[in-house]
This record gives sequence, structure tokens and C-alpha cells, in this order.
Amino acid sequence: MEKTLDTKYTYTEKKDTRSGFGDGFLELGRKNKNVVGLCADLIGSLKMGAFQKEFPERFFQVGISEANMMGLAAGMTIGGKIPFTGTFANFSTGRVYDQIRQSIAYSEKNVKICASHAGLTLGEDGATHQILEDVGMMKMLPNMTVINPCDYNQTKAATMAIADHEGPVYLRFGRPSWPIFTPSDQKFEIGKAWKMIEGKDVSLFATGHLVWEAVVAEAMLREEGISVELINIHTIKPLDTAAVLASVAKTGCAVTAEEHQLNGGLGDSIAQTLIRNNPAPQEFVGVDDSFGESGKPVDLLEKYGLNAENIVKAVKKAISRK
Amino acid sequence: MEKHSTEQLKSICSQVRRDILRMVHACQSGHPGASLGCTEFFVALYFDQMKHNKNFNPDGIGEDLFFLSNGHISPVWYSVLSRSGYFDTKELATFRKINSRLQGHPATEEGLPGIRVASGSLGQGLSVAIGAALTKKMNGDKQTVYALMGDGEQQEGQIWEAAMCAPHHNVDNLIASIDVNGQQIDGPTKEIMNLRDLKAKWEAFGWEVIVTKNGNEITDVVQSLEKAKSLLGKGKPVLNLLHTDMGFGVDFMVGTHKWHGVAPNDEQLENALGQLEETLGDY
Repeated sequence: MEKTLDTKYTYTEKKDTRSGFGDGFLELGRKNKNVVGLCADLIGSLKMGAFQKEFPERFFQVGISEANMMGLAAGMTIGGKIPFTGTFANFSTGRVYDQIRQSIAYSEKNVKICASHAGLTLGEDGATHQILEDVGMMKMLPNMTVINPCDYNQTKAATMAIADHEGPVYLRFGRPSWPIFTPSDQKFEIGKAWKMIEGKDVSLFATGHLVWEAVVAEAMLREEGISVELINIHTIKPLDTAAVLASVAKTGCAVTAEEHQLNGGLGDSIAQTLIRNNPAPQEFVGVDDSFGESGKPVDLLEKYGLNAENIVKAVKKAISRK
Repeated sequence: MEKHSTEQLKSICSQVRRDILRMVHACQSGHPGASLGCTEFFVALYFDQMKHNKNFNPDGIGEDLFFLSNGHISPVWYSVLSRSGYFDTKELATFRKINSRLQGHPATEEGLPGIRVASGSLGQGLSVAIGAALTKKMNGDKQTVYALMGDGEQQEGQIWEAAMCAPHHNVDNLIASIDVNGQQIDGPTKEIMNLRDLKAKWEAFGWEVIVTKNGNEITDVVQSLEKAKSLLGKGKPVLNLLHTDMGFGVDFMVGTHKWHGVAPNDEQLENALGQLEETLGDY
């Protein structure tokens, strides 16, 4: 169905965002000698193998001990290294929250927490691994920057950009093969929203994998004569509040779309921004206070209400509330 | 660094103990017990063993580094840092008070010189020290990394993740000590959660283990740390079982968990200070 739609962004290839991380990490390793890698027994899953092979002296396999890995990374910054930790999003956040809070965020350490297999699109492994609370946990921590890129190219660009940012960063990406629809030569600016499509009826703020669903939704809505302004929020914290407010001032309503719990996600951040500055109707696309389950990524997005059709419904509802 | 005689080190210890008691008394909170127990260790590190610079640089390139994992014994660290010249001793009076750099547990956010990472939530410091030691190796920096943990803290799982990791990565520029005082908040470690044979455990994890029999005798502590240093560079990290008495130096505080986290009242402070000579001048 996607292919028959006149989407403003198209793709010829699909790839997993974790490969964008792996490829960006290798390129970064060649550019910046201070970049070091740590992984808790998931080198293949995180696509860190090429870096490990080329820079064995700057890569540390730490085994299945994520808490220790976060502490090691914090310590490695002392003396100028820039550690990138790699494990699944669940084990990068919930399992090690106190270690990140004390040794990294409160201690202002220049650690990059790189988290794969986030959200429902992890698929068959099921709810134990499908973390949907990670953005909330990370954005609550003072000093922490939270980034959730949308495709291979954006993930690669983000991976390279965070090395030049001083301070802790949470970089969230995923497992499924996903359309590559953003340019390979993009400049990634942390904290700067990207207006992908200009529109006037509704502001659609999407992050991560759901940016593609939002691209599809925009085409569906355009066929019905609804003009959508699509904004790619790759950086959830710090949020580009100026871009959010400028868009909603024009359109008068907002929809947010994310592969995360509604509680604590991007939608909450946008709602807080709007309510403090320019209250406007807002609808939320995300997981509504439940755990996930095993299944194919596309089927899970449909069952939990996170696909393009659900975004279309949310947009119509937001507009009707203006 | 100026070399101190044993008598000088002892006299610094007496003043540090006075600082600890006066700090926790002034704010009526904090942890005097293990602070008093670890006084010789801190004085040996900062006044005898470590190459360090009171003009603090967080990266500590070319310096020995120290990490305190059991951050609640901050009073002894703050006293020793200030007596070493990192900051004015007058600032000790602000301990645990609002707008102070001397937080209840050590922190970097307020910029207190000498602190490189926050600690207090237990079990994390050894991992951080290993990370710093690995960076020293990557940087070709030959200096040593020191860490101190509590014995109650050995009950945390992360300690054993770190214990497994350091020998695996040949972190042989690290001397970690455990303050073995046999006490924790709720009582003796044997009753709360028996640690059993720490020496056998750490050896089994691949560490070179040494024992400081009397961690409240400055010459013993210095000798142990010298021995520990001689074992570095041979592929293994070194673990020092530092036996101390909680509350050492004050007769009514010594050897019990009851003073783990309780401040003395006015009368108790006067009694305690009467047992400790003011050698360098109270702050």
C-alpha cells in the first residue's frame, strides 16, 4: 500500500537503524582516536564488530554485566576518552538506571549510551526485551541528552555527531529493517527539529521508526485534502521548543507519534511545552500503558495502534478539536 | 611531594579525626564510624603514597587517582583533601549544609576539588576505578589508580561484576582496598549477610590479595600500600583487605555499628575531642 501512495519522501532500500549506528561508529573510530567502545556480549546485535576488529585496543568486551559497563564507561572519561556503550535499550536503561544516574548523569560524564532493539519493533523476543519506558527514564535525568533517529542514515549521522557533544547522551535505535528515506549526506544537529514537510492544518511531531509511518500518513491525509506539517524530532531532549511552538502557532493543533509509552515520552514533552506557552489540542500516538508481546514488527505496530492509519485517525481528531 | 615522618602522619591523623567529629557534630548528621576507622588509610594515601596535585585537574593525567566507592565516609575524605591543600579548611564547616560544595555524599556538580565522580549509592566505585585505570593504560600513563570500598558494600552485585572484569582485562595498575571493619548499618556483617572468606573470593576472581592486619596503625598501612605497589604491572589487579575498627580513636565509638551514621551531641563531642590532640589547628 505504501508504494502506491505519493509520499514526499521515498526509499529504494531498507536497513536496520542499528547498522547505521555500527557504520557510523566505525567511521567515527577512524576520525576520533579518543572514541572507545564497550559492549556487554552483544557485539553482533549492536553491529560493533567492525570497530572492534579495526581498533581492538580501543574496544572492551565486558560480558553480561551492564552495571559494571556503565561504571567502566564513566571512569574511562577521566583522562579524555569518549566511551560508547552498546547493549539492548532495556539493558541500557532500566537495568542500570542507578549507575547512569549517579556515575554518569550526576557526575557529568561524557558517556554515549547506545541502545539498540528499542520498542515494539524488536518483534519476536517479546515484552521482556521491548522496552517502551526508556525515553522517559532518560529524559528525566538532568544533564542527559536523548536522541531517537528515524532511519539508517539519520542514525549514522547522529552517531557521529554525539562524539562532538560534551556530556552524556542516550542514543536509541532499533532492530527491524526499515525504509531509508533521509539523505545520506545530512548534517545532524543535536536539539534541532527538522521540518520535513510544510503544512497548515496540523503539526505532526514524530520520532524514531514512527517518522516513516508519519510520512505515509501525510500522503494519505493529503489525498483527503488535509495539509500536514511533519516535523522530525530526533532529539527529544533538549526539545526544540521554538520549532514546536512556531509550528503549532500556525496550525493550531498537534499530534505526536512515537514507539514508546505515552507516559513519559515525546508526547509528554510536547504537551508540557504547549501547555506552558500556547495550549492547543493534542492527540497522542504511542503505547497506552501496556507491555508489548511477541510478533512481527509491522503486526505489533498495528495491534498497539502505532502505524500510519492510527496517525491519520489522531490527526483528524486533533483537527476536529480546534 | 614533601615526605612525612611516621610521627607527622600520626599527628595529621589526630587532626583529621577532630575534623570528622566536628563536621558531623555541626550538622548533626553524617557517618563518623568508618570515617574514623579509615583515617590512617586516607592519610597514608594523600600524605605519603599518592602522586597528586592539589591544583586539581579532573583528568589527572600523570597523577595517581583515588576513587571512594563507599561515599558515606565523605567526612574523612573532605578533611584529608582540605588538609592536603585542595581547598580551605574553613570550608569543612559547610559540610552537609545548604549551598555547600561538601555534599553529604561526594559529588562533582558543585565543583569540589579532588572529587572525580559521585558516590554514595553503593557498589559503583570499583567499576569507575577500573575504567579510569584502563584509560591510563590507553594513554600510556604509568600512574596508579586507587579505590576504597566498604565491607558491607561487598553485598552489592556490581562489585562482583567488576571483580570479574579487572583481571580479565589485565588491569594491573589498580589497587583496590576494602575497609574490613565487620560492621554495617543494621549490625555486624556476619549477622546481616555473612561475607565469609573475602580473601578466597577475591583470589578466586583472579586478584592478587594482600592483608593489612592493623589498618589503624599508620606504619602497617604504609607498608601494605608499598607492598601493593610492588605487585603492580604483573597482569593482575591488587586487592588490599584493610582491617580497621569502626570508630577508632574515640573510646565510646570504637568497634560498634552504632556510630555508623550517628552524630555526637555536645557532651559526646567534648569527650571525644578530649581524646584527640589538636595538632594542626581546628578549622
